[in-house]
Amino acid sequence: MKQDVVIRTVCRLVVPFIQLFALYVIIHGASSAGGGFQGGVIFASAFILIGIAFGVADARKRISEKCTVLFSACGLGIYAGIGILCIVFGGNFLGYSFLPLPLPVPEIRGLAAEAVEIGIGITVMAVMTSLFFDIAVDEEAV
Amino acid sequence: MKLWALVSVLLVGLLLLWAEGDIPSFGDASAPSYNYVADRYITDAYNDTATKNMVTAILADYRGYDTLGELTVIFTAGVVVLLLLRRGGRL
Repeated sequence: MKQDVVIRTVCRLVVPFIQLFALYVIIHGASSAGGGFQGGVIFASAFILIGIAFGVADARKRISEKCTVLFSACGLGIYAGIGILCIVFGGNFLGYSFLPLPLPVPEIRGLAAEAVEIGIGITVMAVMTSLFFDIAVDEEAV
Repeated sequence: MKLWALVSVLLVGLLLLWAEGDIPSFGDASAPSYNYVADRYITDAYNDTATKNMVTAILADYRGYDTLGELTVIFTAGVVVLLLLRRGGRL
């Protein structure tokens, strides 16, 4: 079901800014308030807003259900993959300081934590969107 | 199958109740988590990880294993809702 033209126009204007803000919250988690969980939820809220304003079928066109499942597994894979990469280079699981980057150890740990946050963000975004798709009633189908 | 589920739930519940006696009481100032780890995080977090936000340093670095578990819980919740609602309970 499509909402009023005002709601649709405002939604179309606001969604890119919500997504940009979500990316900012994820990336800026290392130096100010923020992180993967919060940023992922904000990113998912953009898709939920599209679902409310344009109908769930339109939101499914933007990000398909198959995509959400794939992304949620991807984020977990990024996190666990970084942990296993540390084992490959001779450290403990998630022992970031063993990653072979040409940087001092604290910087490597900070970078790895940031990469892990991106994985968290992807999974949280995909799971939240998937939950919305599963719970929302499709008006066209009823 | 249901009996086994009940038995395992009861066993784990008893185990948790038994372990509950070792938890420090609420607001206990002599609890280990307030005395050793917290000071270490506050003094060393920036030098260890070059991350200005201490919460992120603890979440993603010191307690990375814990956060991996949290993420797995969220992923599992999403998959379970998918199985129950999208596929109508058909596994």
